[in-house]
Amino acid sequence: MNSAEGERPAQVRVVVVGHVDHGKSTLIGRLLHDTGSLTALRLQEIRTAAEHRGVPFEWSFALDALQSERDQAVTIDTTRIWLRLPQRDLVLIDAPGHKEFLRNMVTGASEGDAALLVVDAHEGVSEQTRRHALLLELIGVEHAVVAINKMDRVDFSEDRYRQIRQELTVLFERIGIAAQTFVPIVARDGDNVAVPSGTMPWYAGPTIVDAIAALEFQPPAATRSLRIAVQGVLRRNLERIIVGRVASGTIAVGDEVLISPSRVRARVRSIESWPPDGRTEARQGDAVGFTLDGPAFVDRGDIISSPAGAPAPATELRTRLVWLGRKPLAVGDRLSLRLGTRLAGVEVKALERVIDIDSLDAGGTDAVLANDVAEVVFKSRDVLAVDAVADHASLARFVLIDGLAIVGGGTVLAALDAPNAATNDLVPVGHLFDRDQRAWRNGHRGAVIWLTGLPAAGKSTLAMLAEQKLFERGFQTYVLDGDNVRAGLGSDLGFSHDDRSENIRRVGEVAALFADAGTIAIAAFISPYRADRDRARRAAGAAFHEVYVKADASVCEARDPKGHYRQARAGTLKDFTGITGDYETPLRPDLVIDTSAISPPDAAAQLLEYIERVVRLESGATRSAKA
Amino acid sequence: MQERSPSLLDELEARSIAILREAYFRVSPLMMLWSMGKDSTALLWLARKAFFGEVPFPVVLLDTEMELPEVYRFRDELAAAWKLDLKNELCPPEASIDPTLPPAARAAGRKSAGLRALIERGKYRGVIVGIRRDEQATRAKERVFSPRAPDGTWDVKRQPAELWDVYHTDVPDGHHLRIHPLLHWTEVDVWRYTQRENIPIVPLYLARDGKRYRSLGEKNITVPIDSHAATIADIIAELETTTTSERAGRVMDHEAEDAFERLRTGGYM
Repeated sequence: MNSAEGERPAQVRVVVVGHVDHGKSTLIGRLLHDTGSLTALRLQEIRTAAEHRGVPFEWSFALDALQSERDQAVTIDTTRIWLRLPQRDLVLIDAPGHKEFLRNMVTGASEGDAALLVVDAHEGVSEQTRRHALLLELIGVEHAVVAINKMDRVDFSEDRYRQIRQELTVLFERIGIAAQTFVPIVARDGDNVAVPSGTMPWYAGPTIVDAIAALEFQPPAATRSLRIAVQGVLRRNLERIIVGRVASGTIAVGDEVLISPSRVRARVRSIESWPPDGRTEARQGDAVGFTLDGPAFVDRGDIISSPAGAPAPATELRTRLVWLGRKPLAVGDRLSLRLGTRLAGVEVKALERVIDIDSLDAGGTDAVLANDVAEVVFKSRDVLAVDAVADHASLARFVLIDGLAIVGGGTVLAALDAPNAATNDLVPVGHLFDRDQRAWRNGHRGAVIWLTGLPAAGKSTLAMLAEQKLFERGFQTYVLDGDNVRAGLGSDLGFSHDDRSENIRRVGEVAALFADAGTIAIAAFISPYRADRDRARRAAGAAFHEVYVKADASVCEARDPKGHYRQARAGTLKDFTGITGDYETPLRPDLVIDTSAISPPDAAAQLLEYIERVVRLESGATRSAKA
Repeated sequence: MQERSPSLLDELEARSIAILREAYFRVSPLMMLWSMGKDSTALLWLARKAFFGEVPFPVVLLDTEMELPEVYRFRDELAAAWKLDLKNELCPPEASIDPTLPPAARAAGRKSAGLRALIERGKYRGVIVGIRRDEQATRAKERVFSPRAPDGTWDVKRQPAELWDVYHTDVPDGHHLRIHPLLHWTEVDVWRYTQRENIPIVPLYLARDGKRYRSLGEKNITVPIDSHAATIADIIAELETTTTSERAGRVMDHEAEDAFERLRTGGYM
């Protein structure tokens, strides 16, 4: 895994942007030709295509491959072209300049390491030039080479060149783009494209090719803290292999890592690879697989980091975004936000500013229109692990989804809250809500998840893992178990048959109230008698879900974490369900989880999958659902 | 801390593996097309890496029964050795294909029709395909997760935005996604990777009697090129200097200017 195989330095990807008709495609065609990158066949194809349309030879046909692009002489979608410069390999990304195809320009730009911004010397800096510059910064492209094109149309005027250069320098400084070089060119004729031109003797700077070859990038700092956005968990034999790309830092066997947003710590047990090569660490850029020690529950969307400098758990995000939706974006709109590998339902809480393209000043607004760049505050139902773009750019990038369509993208500028302060919206006193309204507010239904099974079958472990995960994902949830019920609600009760029945009756009633209030109540009780469980089901109605946590009596006795089985065998614990065999197995449980066959994290995953399914609302968090 | 500068191949590989995993976790049911060519075989190797030795979805050959015999032999050997869930999908006969397509393009038309039928039958939401942007100008316009209408058509004028590596993986019922993990690779990248990883290839890629196949298609519409490249290292050296395109030997690409675009918007890979 090194570059010892005699490879050239990694390629640089340059996105070509600018106003429509300022000559982007022509410049690329010329670059292809002048660097000998165009195959003879391709050249012939372009000639034929031009003849076929009765137009003069058109360099842009090298890129505008679609019939409609050639017929209308406009770039519709972004494309890629590979060039070999003497110094480095180059991937040019052609991005359409037409306003209507801004989503395609943004798509192309998001793969660029640097930009080549083309400006028509005659027409000068246009609105679209400014918009593209603004979007480059938003997308994360911080380096630019500027081609001031069609210099022949301004009589190769040095004054005009200086004027445009000055205007752009001011613009870039305000936006935050490092423009390294401004090259005056005539793309059609190849002036200053690959070879210096005699038409502008006042210009002593590099050609476009040399300027691109000279672009320098900061290598990523090796000291930056670890970040992995978890793509998912693969089960191989009994292992749970967590997979994702290392966004920054390194991860090695024995490292302690933090899982966010739950903020649980765990230790790395192994780095997995195939074919096995014995590696013990992975670095930035690697698509890694690893396992953790202990029962830590990791799922898609979690962030793995080093314990120090972890991402902040938050539900309110200040963002900067480009809006690509047809309808204006307004406060109260509900969308899905995809941040890293996490998908979260969000609501627009505030539209803070819209950037005016001409002045670059920010103005207040009540709606964000298509193609606007704006700063927007979102409120998430879930707790998200959030990095700001200034700290970990690749984890701060998100797209916005409305129904099934992508309607925008941007970066997180800051997390605005801690999770505890997140859900303090006041409810007017005296206002009555029905179950549906509560469910809509919470984003899910209430439920009673009743875990029944032998002592030491794993009910409490399952309940705790599920509660933790549900909480992180923004669900209202609460665990009822012997520990928090026996001390108060059932403090007058003992362990006789009647007392146990009464205890379960009370728990059933309380759990039903929780469910009615919109909460997912997870009740973890042996609850050995069918009649008692059926009574609890009647209390909660359709919201009741009986989960049989199954494990053989022998397995439970072997586990015996509280020593109850041992005491019962010794005769010091009376009426113990596991030994006397008076547990009545559920006849028609809604779910069976066999904890003697699978690990606690797998069991919890099974339970979570079930819970998330039964509490889900019919319609998703789309904007139309608001009405 | 010792600095390791990841090579281009490491970066290409990691990105492809991440895309394959994204497809696996987000799109179901899922399958992969395998033509036994160098690209989809390298892709298969990447899938084995991504999922630690086992390919967790079916691998499909859209079979026109016109592949070269060496290709079929290669399929059977590798399917057994790599324990693939191989599905051989026979494509409908040429008589059922759009007669306005140029003759050599009709084999591709048969594949599109075979794929459409398979997707409909298996209700697939995702098809992993080993195409690359540098192969062909309309492929250069592709997305990594590229939506297709129920009839398989590609609405090239209205492709969705695709930002960074935050891929959008949801499509309406009946639609499906073409997933392109090799989109960012070039021909020589694939050969360098095949060499580095020691991935098996169909022997027809290597020169015999001064001829070799640079691109493998159906036997009646693919012609070998003049070459003395007898090893992968020779091929890489040859590609460093060549000025002809990879698909020059594919007759179907050159019958008409819009032949390939018509095929692709109609559902071809």
